[in-house]
Amino acid sequence: MKILVAVKRVVDYNVKVRPNSDSSDVELANVKMSVNPFCEIAVEEAVRLKEKGVATEIIAVTIGTAQSQEQLRTCLALGADRAILVETDIPVEPLAVAKCLKAVYEEEQPDIVLMGKQAIDGDNNQTGQMLASMLGCAQGTFASEVSVEEGSIAVTREIDGGLQTLNLKLPAVITTDLRLNEPRYASLPNIMKAKQKPLATRTAEELGVDVSPRTQLLGVELPAQRQAGIKVNDVAQLVDKLKNEAKVIS
Amino acid sequence: MSTLVIAEHNNQQLNPATLSTLAAAVEMGGDIDLMVLGSGCQAVIDQASQIGCIGKVIAADHSACEHFLAENLAPLIADNAVAYTHILAAATTTAKNIMPRVAALLDVQAISDISAVISENTFKRPIYAGNLIATVQSNDAVKVITVRATAFDAVEATGGSAAVETLDSVNDMGISSFASEQLAESDRPELTAANIVVSGGRGMASGDNFDLLYRIADKLGAAVGASRAAVDAEFVPNDMQVGQTGKIVAPDLYIAVGISGAIQHLAGMKESKVIVAINKDEEAPIFSIADYGLVADLFTALPELESKL
Repeated sequence: MKILVAVKRVVDYNVKVRPNSDSSDVELANVKMSVNPFCEIAVEEAVRLKEKGVATEIIAVTIGTAQSQEQLRTCLALGADRAILVETDIPVEPLAVAKCLKAVYEEEQPDIVLMGKQAIDGDNNQTGQMLASMLGCAQGTFASEVSVEEGSIAVTREIDGGLQTLNLKLPAVITTDLRLNEPRYASLPNIMKAKQKPLATRTAEELGVDVSPRTQLLGVELPAQRQAGIKVNDVAQLVDKLKNEAKVIS
Repeated sequence: MSTLVIAEHNNQQLNPATLSTLAAAVEMGGDIDLMVLGSGCQAVIDQASQIGCIGKVIAADHSACEHFLAENLAPLIADNAVAYTHILAAATTTAKNIMPRVAALLDVQAISDISAVISENTFKRPIYAGNLIATVQSNDAVKVITVRATAFDAVEATGGSAAVETLDSVNDMGISSFASEQLAESDRPELTAANIVVSGGRGMASGDNFDLLYRIADKLGAAVGASRAAVDAEFVPNDMQVGQTGKIVAPDLYIAVGISGAIQHLAGMKESKVIVAINKDEEAPIFSIADYGLVADLFTALPELESKL
């Protein structure tokens, strides 16, 4: 069984992001970049499926600039067998990413596509669903547990009211939630070995995909800041303030 | 312009997030129709038709829609999109699952989780876990949008008598099926709809200690939430998580107990009207956004609070 894992290069989750000087976009100069944390969970799940003998090959793919090779090398160090970079210089939207992934899917014919449920930069939560839609296949989004059977996959999903389990026919697209697994760290020997693993570069044009944007970012701002209020001395004063000042309890 | 709003419901009741989504549609302008897709959902269709601001209800009551599977619902929505310039749904896990699938069928770039309407094609939305707000303009002919319900005040649930149009061609695509679900059962109000939310974090130290919060919640008619730390420590189930990857809440009163205030948690609750923080660490970041902070050991403060309510 072949697994395609899609990942994204994003600003590291520890970086405090801010608008750039003319507030036209997010400041990305000299900012640490990493694999999107939800995508790391997807890679980890693929590696675990391979360790269990369910998967035979793991292909990591990303759509982005040449620098995204760093993130693909990370995936290779974590256990992917080979990697594909679909190189573009313009920032790509989920619709365009899904179209590129569809083209890669058609060449590779994987049984399962795994990816994070959302990237922590745009917080769109769209790409997996869009890819499944374009492929006409089933989707298991926000997965917290997966179990692969013959020709199908059972996916437990985190939904607003609790958990829901679906049975999906393969091929299927699975997007990962936080509690699916805890990703490992790449060991130094594996980081060295990853440098020798194959990494192919393609372009969106080669794949015949139009990645031109459909939306325009008009600006980025900081959210309205909340002011710190007061410290109360004890529970009695707190209750008094809530009743008589804020008037939120009676 | 005209807008189709997809109703959020559980086949028995219309979710109030739908009324907030309708409010966003009203801000965009134009005619609004409401689509109810479900199974055994006549009560929801009846509720929907009473909403004043809509033209008509488009309904499908079919077993293929029972569990709101994206594979079955997305084509139904896309097939009926022709007459509309905007398709909106509340940014719940159900719609987040379905709407991008609809957008791909229509070959448009969806806009997720809008928090403000600037014009019919320009919207604000939080990015980077709510640390920044982006203003985005859509150039697509059809705008497929999910709406952050807490950012819009609900429209009136009654005052109308809309006609109901029934969809007959509903198909089970046969590629996905429902197996089971574990839904939290509680007599307390639903987290995202509650006027008061009491949340516990890692400081609660155990799941059993959440009883201290449940007792206070029951006195206040409040819902109980939790930080990711408390969920990861398995004190409580994941559906109680408030934060960027959990539920977004904006109640009149939010009481954070034993929660340090990680940015991801603040992203889920900082729009609350009044925030109370109870924490023994006076340096905890939660105090920087709390209207009322109490530096105290929660195990003494909570029983005292309960007795004084």
